[in-house]
Amino acid sequence: MSFKGGWLNITEQKISEKEALLQYVLRLADDALILGQRLSEWCSKGPVLEQDIAMSNMALDHIGRARLLYQMAAEIKGDGTTEDDFAYKRDTNEFKNFLLLEQPNGHWGDTIAKLVFYDTLNYFLFEKLTESANENLAGIAQKAIKEITYHAQWSAEWMIRLGDGTEESKQKMQKSIDDIWMWVGEMFETDQVEEMMAVASIGYKTADLKDAWQSKINQVMEMATLTLPTDTWAQTGGRKGVHSEHLGYILAEMQFLPRAYPDAKW
Amino acid sequence: MGEEYSLEDRFQQYVEAENKVEPKDWMPEKYRQTVIRQMSQHAHSEVIGMQPEANWITRAPSLRSKLILLAKVQDEAGHGLYLYSATETLGITRDELINQLQTGKAKYSSIFNYPTVTWADMGAVGWLVDGAAIQNQVMLCRTSYGPYARAMVKICKEESFHQRQGYEIMMRLAAGTKEQKAMAQDALNRWWWPSLMMFGPSDDNSPNSAQSMKWRIKRKSNDTLRQEFVDKTVPQAEFIGLTIPDPDLKWNEERKSYDFGEMNWDEFYAVVKGNGPCNKQRIINHIKAHEEGAWVREAANAYAKKQQARKKQSAA
Ligand SMILES: [Fe+2]
Ligand SMILES: [Fe+2]
Repeated sequence: MSFKGGWLNITEQKISEKEALLQYVLRLADDALILGQRLSEWCSKGPVLEQDIAMSNMALDHIGRARLLYQMAAEIKGDGTTEDDFAYKRDTNEFKNFLLLEQPNGHWGDTIAKLVFYDTLNYFLFEKLTESANENLAGIAQKAIKEITYHAQWSAEWMIRLGDGTEESKQKMQKSIDDIWMWVGEMFETDQVEEMMAVASIGYKTADLKDAWQSKINQVMEMATLTLPTDTWAQTGGRKGVHSEHLGYILAEMQFLPRAYPDAKW
Repeated sequence: MGEEYSLEDRFQQYVEAENKVEPKDWMPEKYRQTVIRQMSQHAHSEVIGMQPEANWITRAPSLRSKLILLAKVQDEAGHGLYLYSATETLGITRDELINQLQTGKAKYSSIFNYPTVTWADMGAVGWLVDGAAIQNQVMLCRTSYGPYARAMVKICKEESFHQRQGYEIMMRLAAGTKEQKAMAQDALNRWWWPSLMMFGPSDDNSPNSAQSMKWRIKRKSNDTLRQEFVDKTVPQAEFIGLTIPDPDLKWNEERKSYDFGEMNWDEFYAVVKGNGPCNKQRIINHIKAHEEGAWVREAANAYAKKQQARKKQSAA
């Protein structure tokens, strides 16, 4: 299926390849940071100690990857901006993460649904990025692909476990999928930045990964005895900096200290 | 006639000769109960101790400090897990232990009943609370119960890491802006006395200590450990220009040790009895996470059973 949607009508302005690369790296970094921040909220609240640890592990991976990408972005920008400036001194409209990733954690199944859809795409994307024409980006992807592979496996296993677990867990898991679904389609949009990066063999169009993603997701759904919604209307805006109401609160919390003490170094 | 020893006597000689007691060895029932109490209390402390620090993960002021804090709290979860497993070797299940925690039958370190109100508390907790924990745990590396001693060896390495990371936060704050330094001093003011109380009542008021020492579960008295901690920590505070909030603190040249003031024992016992600012909150949170996770654990069990049955069927 293909998604359509969006209430936004923003015309894109022509940008340089350097600017496109900066934007591209920043959006990957924002995805990683916002998801990592969300997953870190689970710490001390997991359903069992072992999974609390597993979830923290994933949060650490995402935030660690965000750091590498922000450092790369800082280098591209080359004006003294630091990784922390990107994380702590930008407002919602400057964050370009997928809307899916800023959605609240909900219960364990809600988080798992979010993760399965994102992790699976992230796996196919980073697999491609290991061969990026940009050495820095390729290096980051090569470093991250092992953990990203594990994330996709871990979340898929949880979805199967919950879908094929008890009657209650099956119902809950199905509802989680249905509820999060409208945030998924956005991940396959193409825009100028992605187009330019694909042409330069630096990035990759997620739209071209849709089939691989779809067949993997179908397979997981089948094993989980769950069904994918057929609705194709998708929310949009993340890559343009137009977010859901949740991101403002994430930033308010995350950025509180550097904003309250602008002269301080931590 | 040769000498006749009771099992108890032989056990006593065995531990006095610095032998380790292993799960399958005979041990006095009171020894078993004492070790269960102490180990589970330790495990619960690791787990409940996650809460006051997890409180600041989403607000850590830099990406680097966020990663360090998250990894630290994750370590504590690992310690809890490891200690629960080690406690299970004494014939009690993790479910029973968790039930004891949630019903108030088992205790955890009272220090975690204080709130973490500023970022500097992440420094103070690492530096002082992990620091005090190390003092105790280094001793426990030589405790008589084998699985406990081995767990401590493993855990101690990580705790000293935590202590250094906490001290590093304090150092940065103390060398930072006026507001940051004030934040660090305020945290030290609030955490100093509760940290000293972590070592428990003074030796005169510690009825169980003597038997624990005799069994080589405990190797040093509460007051000895407390003194060691004070002697180690005061110069660290001075080095970064912070002041220990104790007007009676004074170097004693004769003892080559610091004299320090009397602790507020009324507060200590009040918090132990459940009247600290966060006692209720910590347990409510633990129960909430546990109950909200029930359907997840049930599903995982049900799925594992189905998988097992499928395997059997396909093998048949
Ligand atoms: Fe610990
Ligand atoms: Fe620790």
